[in-house]
Amino acid sequence: MSRTGTRTIKVDYLARVEGEGSLYLKIQGGRLRDVQLKIFEPPRMFEAFLRGRHFSEVPDIVARICGICPVAYQMSAVHAIEGALGIAVDPAVRLLRRLLYCGEWIESHALHVFFLHAPDFLGYQDALEMARDHRAVVERALALKKAGNQLVALLGGREIHPVAVAVGGFYKTPSRKEVRALRPALEQALEVALETVRFVSGFDFPPFEQDYEFVALSHPQEYPMNEGRIVSNRGLDVDAAEYEDHFAEHQVRHSHALHSVIRVRGSYMVGPLARINLNFDRLTPAARQAAAEAGFAPPCRNPFRSIVARALELVFACEEGLRLIESYEPPARPRLEVEPRAATGQAATEAPRGLLYHRYQIGADGLIRLAKIVPPTSQNQKRIEDDLWGLVPALLDRPEPEILWKCEQAVRNYDPCISCATHFLRLTVDRE
Amino acid sequence: MNFNARRKPKLAVFKFASCDGCQLTLLDAEDELLAVAEAVEIAYFPEASRAVIKGPYDIGLVEGSITTHHDAERIQQVRRQCRTLVTIGACATAGGIQALRNWQDSAEFVRHIYPSPDFIHTLKMSTPIAEHVPVDFELRGCPISKSQLLELISALLAGRKPNIPTYSVCLECKRRLNVCVAVAQGIPCLGPVTQAGCGAICPAYGRGCYGCFGPMETPNTESLRAQLHVLGQTSQEISRAFRSFNAWTWHFRHASDEEERA
Repeated sequence: MSRTGTRTIKVDYLARVEGEGSLYLKIQGGRLRDVQLKIFEPPRMFEAFLRGRHFSEVPDIVARICGICPVAYQMSAVHAIEGALGIAVDPAVRLLRRLLYCGEWIESHALHVFFLHAPDFLGYQDALEMARDHRAVVERALALKKAGNQLVALLGGREIHPVAVAVGGFYKTPSRKEVRALRPALEQALEVALETVRFVSGFDFPPFEQDYEFVALSHPQEYPMNEGRIVSNRGLDVDAAEYEDHFAEHQVRHSHALHSVIRVRGSYMVGPLARINLNFDRLTPAARQAAAEAGFAPPCRNPFRSIVARALELVFACEEGLRLIESYEPPARPRLEVEPRAATGQAATEAPRGLLYHRYQIGADGLIRLAKIVPPTSQNQKRIEDDLWGLVPALLDRPEPEILWKCEQAVRNYDPCISCATHFLRLTVDRE
Repeated sequence: MNFNARRKPKLAVFKFASCDGCQLTLLDAEDELLAVAEAVEIAYFPEASRAVIKGPYDIGLVEGSITTHHDAERIQQVRRQCRTLVTIGACATAGGIQALRNWQDSAEFVRHIYPSPDFIHTLKMSTPIAEHVPVDFELRGCPISKSQLLELISALLAGRKPNIPTYSVCLECKRRLNVCVAVAQGIPCLGPVTQAGCGAICPAYGRGCYGCFGPMETPNTESLRAQLHVLGQTSQEISRAFRSFNAWTWHFRHASDEEERA
């Protein structure tokens, strides 16, 4: 191949991501000319058909945006609607929602760390191939994932698209005995999570750093999940109700997912690395100690080390889950009766992949007038392209399969959920 | 199905418009996944692997509905590559929640979401796989049941018919010893017309079934509609209840249209 010609490198269908996307790189005269992360997952248009549905139906409907993180969609939805309707839930409901979110973080992070991302670092096509050499590792990973799923299944009724979450609380809350029965599985999961930090922190990380704007929720007392202000390392500090004043969505021709940017500054990162960099001092003790042993200190600007951040959040979610199980008392009433009124509400919560923003305008009849949903992958999309702009120039002399795989790995650093974002991945490199 | 005894049957997983939850169900079978991977060759499963083993495939699991011209062509290729094609979940078997556009102006939907609607190429309707190609078996549910998926794979490997009941959620509810939420509490419930498979979780969690497994074999939607009116539901509420994840199935579609006209 000539250094002066144009080369197109493409991955037609990005594997080990949730949903359909591709990657396109154009290299001309030995220089990178274009990077496009293409999301071709067909649009399902949730924001359009949510109009006219009753607010009580919203948690069931928006769960279907993503089979991997349905709880996140349910949480942002109930908080936004409860905000609009001016209701504050029982403190025990608040803790139970946090426990449910711990379950989803464990299930989703275990899936990404072991099944979607670790094979890249170890040179395997997938976790099942990895299992041939590392069977015990994959078996432990499955046990960890299962512990998260058990939490979601008990509190939500089933692992995928749980049924118990309601505006105002839960349709049913578990007994103290049922919740405490989960303790042994979660204690074992905490051990596996600590091993996971040791396992992934020993990987070979490409020496690649970028000057990121990290965005995540921040809460004064706790590591953020359902509540907090939206903050960044560059001084952003706003309430969810002000989100749209500071963030804008743009459509680009090559993607079915809208690109999010911070007005005036541009791309930014959401997700475990952003969260941990902005909230490190609010991690649980075992997670902080595991970070120290793994040599992980904030701010970490190497996106490939996001797998370590995700593993540390696994430790956090198990430890926090155990704490919540210990203190659990069923709420006096599982849910509050909610009366409709004409109002608008916004909320952001921390999905496993990062900040998830919802806004609903509700009519006096309780029917949704307008819905707006900004998933984490839309927010990371521009940042992923910017990472590739930074990463690819140093790789141009490498063989094409190596460029492809490294780019795919860089995309997977973000655990992109394309089904969510379209509501993404093929790699194309174009060389002349 | 007769598989060549000397090689493992090849399994492929294809995705169309969907949330990925049904294919995730396979990865959620934490206790059985490694055994499944020993019994079949997972030849194509992009959500889980970079490796692509070429077809033809012995078993094709298809998730998602058809919503673009490109996908309408792709499903034809998928059908040609699969000896046995099984649709998994409400999107593939019924068009999914995205089939709500079938009642609306889908161009308006696109304009509502995208500033440059011209970049978006989508069909007016979201349709199930069986409207495009012959389907050998359908697994219901939003999402599918893990035990039904494992039963399906075991049955295909053994060359027998999968044992998937087509009766209603009510039978599962009785077996779970739930007190009927509709009779005892007057909560509107689609259980009497909805196919079993979920384990009657909604009534067990104190709410009415919302029909995520779609219509049972012989659903009496007319009788249920009358009963829902008795419980004080408006036609608009009943129509909306039938228009969710299996809205475009014949029975639920007609029930919702009747109520809308009422």
